[in-house]
Amino acid sequence: MRRALIAAALLAAGPASAWEITGAIEAELRGFTQSPAFAFQDDTRLQPSLSFSARLTQDWNGGADRLVIAPFLRWGNNGDGRDHVDLREAYWLHQGDGWSVTVGVDKVFWGVTESRHLVDIINQDDAIEDIDGEDKLGQPMANLSLYGAFGALEFYVLPRFRPRPFADFGARLGGPLPVGDPVYSDPDGENNIDYALRWSNSIGSVDLGLSYFNGTAREPVLVPAGAGLVPRYDQISQVGLDLQYTAGAWLWKLEAISREGHGPRFQAAVAGFEWTLSDLGGSGADLGLIAEWNYDGRDQTLAPATIYDEDLFLGARIALNDIGDTSLLAGVLIDSQTDARVLSVEAQRRFGDNWLLGVEGRFLSGGVAPDPITAINRDDFVALTLRRSF
Amino acid sequence: MKHALVAAAAVALSIAAPAAAQDAAARGLEIAREAERRDTGWRDEQVSMTMLLQDRKGTTRERTLRMMILEVPGETGGDKSIAVFDSPPDLTGTILLTHARVGADDDQWLYLPALKRVKRISSSNKTGAFFASEFAYEDIAAPEIGKFSYLYVGQKSCGSLTCYVVERKPAYRNSGYSKQVTYFDTQAYRPQRIEYFDRRGAPMKVLTLTGYRKFGGRFWRAQTLTMSNRKTGRTTVLKYGNRSLGTGLSDATFSQQNLRNIR
Repeated sequence: MRRALIAAALLAAGPASAWEITGAIEAELRGFTQSPAFAFQDDTRLQPSLSFSARLTQDWNGGADRLVIAPFLRWGNNGDGRDHVDLREAYWLHQGDGWSVTVGVDKVFWGVTESRHLVDIINQDDAIEDIDGEDKLGQPMANLSLYGAFGALEFYVLPRFRPRPFADFGARLGGPLPVGDPVYSDPDGENNIDYALRWSNSIGSVDLGLSYFNGTAREPVLVPAGAGLVPRYDQISQVGLDLQYTAGAWLWKLEAISREGHGPRFQAAVAGFEWTLSDLGGSGADLGLIAEWNYDGRDQTLAPATIYDEDLFLGARIALNDIGDTSLLAGVLIDSQTDARVLSVEAQRRFGDNWLLGVEGRFLSGGVAPDPITAINRDDFVALTLRRSF
Repeated sequence: MKHALVAAAAVALSIAAPAAAQDAAARGLEIAREAERRDTGWRDEQVSMTMLLQDRKGTTRERTLRMMILEVPGETGGDKSIAVFDSPPDLTGTILLTHARVGADDDQWLYLPALKRVKRISSSNKTGAFFASEFAYEDIAAPEIGKFSYLYVGQKSCGSLTCYVVERKPAYRNSGYSKQVTYFDTQAYRPQRIEYFDRRGAPMKVLTLTGYRKFGGRFWRAQTLTMSNRKTGRTTVLKYGNRSLGTGLSDATFSQQNLRNIR
């Protein structure tokens, strides 16, 4: 509510020229393919919802200054805790010669791999939007970036932490136990100030990034408390490396982190390749094959549990490059120890200029505790989306 | 057909008389260099454009984009370019950044606004369609001199003008073409027409460049590019709108880290 007021105030106070407005309204129908694992969970198989996203942009000073406001809303009234409003972006950007400053709420993405976004840490996961780690909550920040022959240096001060949203107890994807209010190992709680910095550069065929983060972990440790779980957010410091080597049709990728603060210091990495067969048989279609190995050395009881401990990811991406930009991405993450599997399929096609039809499926199977998949492995779903962009 | 005959004659000549072929190669390169020389010194360019995609049945789709180009002078330097999509709306804000290279694949990055993610992409795909158009990636890449070998074919009338006809063969890997026949008018060395021949040597596409206007006092730019594909019957028309040269764009604008700040 307060954010909405700030947005309204920004709108009213912004420079007088016209705002550029883009966005989309999307209808989604999620269908769960199985009955729930627990008797207390809602067995409504079809769950429709609507989402709305917009992006308002205003430049002045010849483009040196910019205001961006990007609200997001999902509403379905399915009693699953998925209804939410968020300000994805609401910032002022000033660009100088070789530098820029951003103040406000923004999204920042770091990394190169497809199966896991290991290095990416600025924004909290919007885990109720989807479980693929690609939807993010807006993060309040002040950022200074310097650009030059050395590449880019980015400094971030992140004054307010945003806890991860969870599906409601009793809803699909909500797991067997109720999740309570967050607790923090730092007395400042969500007001602890986090810091991050990153250097990145492109040197010939190599794209390289080195990052450092110090502050509240974005991943919570789910601590048993009473009849439920309490998400506890610890203080961590993390060094990250992301690297891509581009050689013809081959993209070689590596992300690695070393983290302190979640039990003993541990390392984690994801490495692999994407190989593209382009213009298949002169049809214009591209086929990309992806293979990535995930390793995570964390103590699964002291640190937040992860499904990426020793997992192989195999994926395929098809782009028809037709007038509707038809594309399909399918991938499976296989745990080498427990044989737990997450199969994910996404496809979309544009109709006319403004309509986008999409289908998305997530299928989970197997797993042995503490693999988090065990809590939701009967929650396979297929989602159909129809999006009207403007 | 006539062009094919001319080309065949040129090939026959090259077998019969190596000296003449050497002359033809030197003359071809000379014309390409003269065209390049006349088009040197514009520093940078900003232009908006509409891309009309038309299929055999006449159904059309429209896309709008803006381009920023930075001139990197010299035969070994590759130009840098940024293409920002404005429509269709689900592509709004998608950006393709290209650093052209001579003797190697170009460096390319794609910016995906929904995730705010910059992806370095493979540019070994030369033959694929640029955003579903009849322009292949290699057609829109900067035609740096060193990317081709040249052969002068002769002079021909082209519209109301006379053109030098120069055959050029891609010197880079993975091209979809055996050759391209280019027509430069004798008046100002402007490309007027390019005929593309597939790997088997059969005619494939024809590009015509029309509506030439002078910018920045001495630089000619075609305001309409029409690419017709003989095989598929599809046509892509690029109509250029506002264009300005020498706007003072800096090299830093064309870095992958800057993509998130581009609008």
